[in-house]
Amino acid sequence: MHRYFKAKITGNTPLNEQFRLLTLIPLSEIEIPSPGQFYMLQASSALVPLLKRPFSIFEHQAGTLKFLYRIRGKGTSCLAGLGMDDTINVIGPLGNSYPEPQEDFIAVAGGIGIASLLPLLSRFKKKAYLFYGARNSDELVMLNEAKSLSKEVAITTDDGSEGQKGLITDVLRDFLNSSRITYHALQIYACGPMPMIKELSSICMNKGLRCYASFEEHMACGVGACHGCVIKVRRQNTEDRTQKWIYERVCKEGPVFDVREIVWE
Amino acid sequence: MGIKRTEDKIQKTPNLSVNIAGLKLKNPVMTASGTFGYGEEYSEFVDLNKLGAIVVKGLSLIPKDGNPTPRVVETPAGMLNAIGLQNVGIKAFIKGKLPFLRQFQTPVIANFFGDSIDEYVRAAGELSSADGIHALEMNISCPNKQAGWIVFGTDPKIMEQVIAAVRRTTALPLIVKLSPNVTDIGFMSKVAENSGADAISLINTITGMVVNIKERKPVLANITGGLSGPAIRPVAVRMVWEVYKSVRIPIIGMGGIMTANDALEFLIAGARAVAVGTANFVNPTATIEIIQGIERFLAEDGLSDINEIIGSLITGDLNHDMP
Ligand SMILES: Cc1cc2nc3c(=O)[nH]c(=O)nc-3n(C[C@H](O)[C@H](O)[C@H](O)COP(=O)(O)OP(=O)(O)OC[C@H]3O[C@@H](n4cnc5c(N)ncnc54)[C@H](O)[C@@H]3O)c2cc1C
Ligand SMILES: Cc1cc2nc3c(=O)[nH]c(=O)nc-3n(C[C@H](O)[C@H](O)[C@H](O)COP(=O)(O)O)c2cc1C
Ligand code: FES
Repeated sequence: MHRYFKAKITGNTPLNEQFRLLTLIPLSEIEIPSPGQFYMLQASSALVPLLKRPFSIFEHQAGTLKFLYRIRGKGTSCLAGLGMDDTINVIGPLGNSYPEPQEDFIAVAGGIGIASLLPLLSRFKKKAYLFYGARNSDELVMLNEAKSLSKEVAITTDDGSEGQKGLITDVLRDFLNSSRITYHALQIYACGPMPMIKELSSICMNKGLRCYASFEEHMACGVGACHGCVIKVRRQNTEDRTQKWIYERVCKEGPVFDVREIVWE
Repeated sequence: MGIKRTEDKIQKTPNLSVNIAGLKLKNPVMTASGTFGYGEEYSEFVDLNKLGAIVVKGLSLIPKDGNPTPRVVETPAGMLNAIGLQNVGIKAFIKGKLPFLRQFQTPVIANFFGDSIDEYVRAAGELSSADGIHALEMNISCPNKQAGWIVFGTDPKIMEQVIAAVRRTTALPLIVKLSPNVTDIGFMSKVAENSGADAISLINTITGMVVNIKERKPVLANITGGLSGPAIRPVAVRMVWEVYKSVRIPIIGMGGIMTANDALEFLIAGARAVAVGTANFVNPTATIEIIQGIERFLAEDGLSDINEIIGSLITGDLNHDMP
């Protein structure tokens, strides 16, 4: 069983102009991924783009790995250009994973963040209150899948083209204030843009809720060797028990961190 | 080896072992500092026993936090990094990381740096007394706080002082890693040799910069970073060749080596060993594939010993005896 393997592309399906679903069949035995873990995918066999790109596991089933990605720059454009039966090199599964929810939980997805959260919804079916925000209805990818796996779903878009117009964190705050549920035992799982996670972090601090979020940083190696992908976290000094901040690696100690540990800049 | 060569050219696998300042390496392929962690990070991908040597991430006397992010950005056929030399410090390395490396039959080379001559000397001292370190590699591409933050490796005077001071401190083979950000690398290598270096490694990264044009901001938080990867390889090969013409001590060449053929360019230009850096990120098994590829190349060329290829560049005017 190896975490570095070759895989054959058996699907690279456009969901719309920007989002694609990549299906890989590993050519050797692989480790089973957990929700929240990610893989480094080779986007090209040429020297440009050189580095592999990190993508969260979206689905692992019957020997296939699926990734949901958004075309952003060179790397993802190259990936989108790969076709059936192309072979790529893959490293993974990498990083830690979302801790298991104890009971019902809240999932907050911002845009492509749904890719990282869907395996969690799928493993703990009908246990999540899903809050899913995106720029517009086009970017609410995998909405039906997410709906069918969740207990309840709230949706927002920036332009109001689907669901409520506004920010998903505002809807979450209203939900927590509505006392419709006893939320104190609920844990929050989140993946999305940094401003969303930051806002979520302050909501959770306020309400005394625990929130696990998946973070992103530019990566080179993905395996903890280069120290390129660090994030500032609070840790207790084992010697004098004082608090201090240190840089930890998103690819190794993360990508999932308890938001209370994050030192926001 | 000389006798075997004529007898059984094809059956015998060629000799890959080289000698760097008394340190015998089973093959000339090592890892480049800062790209292979402390060995452990890649041990699931690479049999560390197969490597020529393991060069660990740069160490300092006092642990270093490193720079804010973004610390890395991709560039055409390369990458810029400004990690800021984040490391656990020499004490924590010796206690927490070195025991793992001692399990392997592969020499460990400790890369280290400092921001003053005194810090270099004390770092070298602590590393030299640890069990399981076989050589030191001095990274002199660091600014000197006592001399207006001039990079040690770009000023021949300061460079001479710091190398000489470290030389007096350690009995281990001392490799000096040169900065490529100088005008005359041959001259700088001569300074290193005269100051007591047992070997020279090069090149460290070339200072570079990438701008985000929409935000009109540098992409890296540190503004500038070090360029590595295939983009710098021709520069690195040229510098190795210039150094080969200037000094008699062995050279460890690096800069953009992705394949065995790339490594062979360095060896032919005069490097006695090579280090693989950025390629590890792209392909975690790159080092092993390079070793196998070099062996295959020698066998196919009917050569029985790697040393036959080292410095074998044909230029017509190359006039250099093997030390
Ligand atoms: C743990 C993790 C999981 C991710 N999961 C997904 C996913 O499931 N689906 C998805 O669409 N995207 C995901 N991303 C983001 C994705 O990796 C980036 O969108 C992608 O690397 C951009 O590459 P590019 O060449 O197209 O863009 P460019 O902007 O051209 O990239 C240039 C460089 O920056 C790096 N980079 C740029 N943005 C990011 C980023 N956000 N994170 C890390 N490196 C970056 C690239 O690796 C590359 O080296 C994830 C990121 C991380 C860290
Ligand atoms: C992420 C990263 C970290 C590095 N850290 C160090 C270091 O701590 N000390 C050092 O001497 N060189 C360091 N280097 C330089 C490499 O060891 C090597 O000299 C350079 O990257 C050129 O080789 P390459 O193109 O094969 O990567 C680092 C390079 C990279 C990419
Ligand atoms: S990407 Fe290299 S340490 Fe995280």
